[in-house]
Amino acid sequence: MIPFITAALIVMMPVLLAAQESPHAFRGAMIYPVEGEPIENGVLLVKGGKIVAVGSASDVSVPADAVVFDVPGKVIMPGFVDTHSHIGGGDGGDQSAALQPDIRILDAIDVRNDTFKKARAGGITTVNVMPGSGHLMSGQTAYLKLREANTINDMLFCKDPLNDVCGGMKMANGTNSIREKPFPGTRAKSAALVRQLFVKAQEYRAKVLAAKGDSEKMPKRELDMEALVQVLEGRRIVQHHTHRHDDILTVLRLAKEFGFRVVLHHVSEGWKVAKEIADAKVPCSIIVIDSPGGKLEAVDMRYDNGAMLEKAGVTVAFHTDDGITDSRLFLRSAAFGVRAGMSRPKALEALTLAGAKMLDLEGRVGSLKVGKDADFVILSGDPLSVYTHVEQTWVEGTKVFDRSNPDDRKYAVGGYEVFRSEAKANGCEGDTE
Amino acid sequence: MTSKNETVPTIPQQFRGCPISSENVILRPALAFRVEESDQKRDSSVAALPQNDNCFLFGQPLKEGCHATRWDGVLANHSGWGLSSLCGIMLILASHAHSQLAVRGETVYTMAGQAIKDGIVLISGRKIERVGPPAEVLIPSGYKVMTAKVVTPGLVDAHSVVGLTGIYNQKHDSDQLELSDAIQPELRALDAYNPREKLVEWIRDLGVTTVQTGPAPGALSSGQTVIVKTYGGTVTEALVDSIGMVTFTLGSDVSANFKTPGTRTKGVAMLRAEFIKAQEYAAKMKLKDPEKRPSRDLKMEVLVQVLSGRTKALITANRATEIMSALRLAQEFGFELVLDGAAEAYLLVDEIRKAGVPVILHPTMDRHYGDTRNVSFETAAQLRKAGISFAIQSGYESYVPKTRVVLYEAAIAATNGLTFEEALASITRDAARIIGVDRRVGSLEAGKDADVVLFDGDPFEYTSHVCGVIIDGTVVSETCK
Repeated sequence: MIPFITAALIVMMPVLLAAQESPHAFRGAMIYPVEGEPIENGVLLVKGGKIVAVGSASDVSVPADAVVFDVPGKVIMPGFVDTHSHIGGGDGGDQSAALQPDIRILDAIDVRNDTFKKARAGGITTVNVMPGSGHLMSGQTAYLKLREANTINDMLFCKDPLNDVCGGMKMANGTNSIREKPFPGTRAKSAALVRQLFVKAQEYRAKVLAAKGDSEKMPKRELDMEALVQVLEGRRIVQHHTHRHDDILTVLRLAKEFGFRVVLHHVSEGWKVAKEIADAKVPCSIIVIDSPGGKLEAVDMRYDNGAMLEKAGVTVAFHTDDGITDSRLFLRSAAFGVRAGMSRPKALEALTLAGAKMLDLEGRVGSLKVGKDADFVILSGDPLSVYTHVEQTWVEGTKVFDRSNPDDRKYAVGGYEVFRSEAKANGCEGDTE
Repeated sequence: MTSKNETVPTIPQQFRGCPISSENVILRPALAFRVEESDQKRDSSVAALPQNDNCFLFGQPLKEGCHATRWDGVLANHSGWGLSSLCGIMLILASHAHSQLAVRGETVYTMAGQAIKDGIVLISGRKIERVGPPAEVLIPSGYKVMTAKVVTPGLVDAHSVVGLTGIYNQKHDSDQLELSDAIQPELRALDAYNPREKLVEWIRDLGVTTVQTGPAPGALSSGQTVIVKTYGGTVTEALVDSIGMVTFTLGSDVSANFKTPGTRTKGVAMLRAEFIKAQEYAAKMKLKDPEKRPSRDLKMEVLVQVLSGRTKALITANRATEIMSALRLAQEFGFELVLDGAAEAYLLVDEIRKAGVPVILHPTMDRHYGDTRNVSFETAAQLRKAGISFAIQSGYESYVPKTRVVLYEAAIAATNGLTFEEALASITRDAARIIGVDRRVGSLEAGKDADVVLFDGDPFEYTSHVCGVIIDGTVVSETCK
């Protein structure tokens, strides 16, 4: 056995070294860096998992030791950032309470779940995996990088899951979280329950601050309070499901009262209160659904929601809410945004940088900028065309999806026994969208 | 798209509720006494709706003294309008007098031969008058001219639940599935279709002009479909065919909804037993002595209609196991089968081709979940390659999107192995043929219904818009969507 492993290592070594040491140069593509103008006949140079240069062929010199990929006619974009997804087979809060901020989805994610492969096939490299919307607060979300992973630690953005903030806080209002006791029965009760818990967290935080590090004076540890203190201090962003115009305003009111940072998700009626959202300087992560309805809150959903929010000055990102929409078709969201009036640059930003900002990850991902992670996609053509396919997906300088490889391609198209872990049911209203 | 003439043929509000036209409707007369008349192929029937004499309802004599007149075929070929009501006559005057339209497209996909560069579709009244390049088609003066980058036939959605299921997804607009019994073929979509449903308007604005809609899959037999145009204020106005097909479902969706059948095998056994009952019923109905005939049974009548080949069986079967069960049932009972869903059809292309069975394929973007776990974007391409006749459907969604849009579903097939025109055919010509309305819709040819869609670019491109929709010569949408 040992000789075999040794032999395998020797064979693999150059490959590993190439991925980690030699720079990779991608030449000849149309590059949309998202930050900065599109570059025709561009060169993207990556090394050690980071972007070391991006520019036109005349501006970027390719080192002699670089592994060169000539990709004329292709399009290179930053890897996509999906701000709201349910891939990975995780779960969230149970039925015991409407607010469960102590729950961490990272405790339940299966890194081998093939929905991650589906997301890579769609060009997604960063994803916010969230528990569902059937609770006012269903738990802590996980910001993941879609590296090939053996454990959840291999995917997390945070370094230390025991002490770091590794995601956001999922909240919801409106009808999804209105249920039988102990859940609220009305919208007013929903808001009151949330306020009461935040008041408690304020008091808890005050005790922590008053203790000034003296362990004798510290309040008893409470997991839910600890997570909410992170929210109150702006270190953990609230990722808030909301549809109806008045529910949206309720979120803005609560965010103002307690000073937490929030991203509005879905926001089907965002177009009705676009000015209020813009004035509050709160970003929106929206979803494109082929037709309105399915629930009362989404009856007034419109294709031009993104366009109207953009016009009002709101930062807009898209999300898949996978399995509500398919990770493999994430580009389609941006194209539908443009169809209904979004500007092309903002639509592309909404797949990448805008989402990165909503997760506090814009220093690492979201654009092709020197120093950022080498996360990018190679597309067969224009990003907004139905005829374009994601050909390759790269995460930190390593190729994680290649459509020309049959083992990868099957995840892009589906087929017999390809997806052995099922997509989330479309019928579980309480959990998604 | 520009309008050069303002005489838009719309339906005045006061005529709402009037039948649009007699020729609009294929009636499905009395099931029991239609059984014997196998020489009359129903898809060639074009009939008047006897709306004013109170004698008939879809061919059924309603009161004594009325003759059981066959209405289908009577008024074919524009031989007459068959409308005695003032209402109807006024409508014809109002609508037809003004329906003079010329739709000019940079590319016109007629779906009946090569696409025409700079093509003209001339519309008079409710019908297409002529189609061709300017050298062959002169636009008469007084015709309203509409222009577009791309012109296609009105889109045909071969299987939807729109109008039975509604945008609100609440009890009052959710008539898609009756769960009181696992086998209820007697339920008519006709009696539940809401033509004013917002989702109908939604798909119409996106180019869908004809739709076979009906119950959702989920019961062994959940009822009959109806084929409608996507406009009109009443089901009568919208009607193309009062019974499209009779729907059946095999698979785990059924056992999830019912205690019995609790398994797939039980489901097949129950259907077989019901068809055997129907065979016996049909035999007894032929007895010479009327006294010995059984009393009418609506369920049996419908199944007899399926057994006689008058109405096709639309069997939703997604897994390969269920597809084989459907083929076996069709073989055993000799009915005309159309496979629905067929997620794993790619495993059985030889069997499906040999059986000569058309497929109304699941939406391309269907979720891989439950019995559709193994869906592939490339199934349409595999069916095409195998020479199997297929259409792409919008299907049924219990949540979101509350309705899918066949234009979008075909687009994904077009980027996964189908050519542009093959994908377009799956939601026009081929869809019309499979649901039996290709004599009227599905292509742009002289004499066919004037159902036309105007696009500002490649219809499948995400960023293109539907900028005009014409149904039966009436412009029903003129804003880019």
